Amino acid sequence: MEALSLLIAAEEAVAADAVSTGEGLTAMGAGLAYGFAAIGPALGIGNLVGKSVEAMARQPEAAGMVRTTMFLGIAFTEALALIGFVVFILLKFA
Amino acid sequence: MTSGTSPLASALSGEAPEVSISRDLVKRGLWIAPLVVAVGAIFDAGDGAWSAAFSLALVLFNFAAAAALIAVTARISLGLMMGAILFGYILRLGLITVAVLVVADFSWVSIPVLGGTIIVTHLGLLFWEMKYVAASLAFPGLRPDVQEWRASRSAEKP
Repeated sequence: MEALSLLIAAEEAVAADAVSTGEGLTAMGAGLAYGFAAIGPALGIGNLVGKSVEAMARQPEAAGMVRTTMFLGIAFTEALALIGFVVFILLKFA
Repeated sequence: MTSGTSPLASALSGEAPEVSISRDLVKRGLWIAPLVVAVGAIFDAGDGAWSAAFSLALVLFNFAAAAALIAVTARISLGLMMGAILFGYILRLGLITVAVLVVADFSWVSIPVLGGTIIVTHLGLLFWEMKYVAASLAFPGLRPDVQEWRASRSAEKP
């Protein structure tokens, strides 16, 4: 009898902590959205900075102009990751 | 076969344009801060206002940190600058994530306003700055030197 009541109590505890399938899928979707949204800009920034460094090494006198456009390019590319991040927080918390 | 040091080991000296761009962005961000907070308040009263202010602070910190990282590492070497930008991207994104996750459960946080403000202010400030950067790159001779202009104006006054 005591074992049965313990089993019931354990089942109730598990049920209380359980996450529904919908919640689980939402959490997974949020993680995937952020992860994929961060990969694209990372590739973009890598390409952008690589080419900029190449340009600065070839033509140091144009470094000022290249750095200006590089910085703006990085910031614009990063906006994509921020959009992914916002989707993540909206899915997770809103 | 070529000799000498690698171009990646060379450093950049002189003025750091990204610092002046980020200073402009921060200055403009502070100008529009009351407007951003007011718009946040329209959407979600006090919670919206606090969330908008927090988001704006995050965006401005992000710009300043990115510029500082580039300016410091460019004086050391181009290779280091490249690495710092890439790792800096991950680091800044991580910092923003941690900052938002820490405050997300606070009672004064409105998540839709927080998220919306991050995107709108980040892109808005960039487009605003781009207008001036594009103009000064296209017509560098027309860029007004404010200090020189002020000095000449004060000299003209009797």
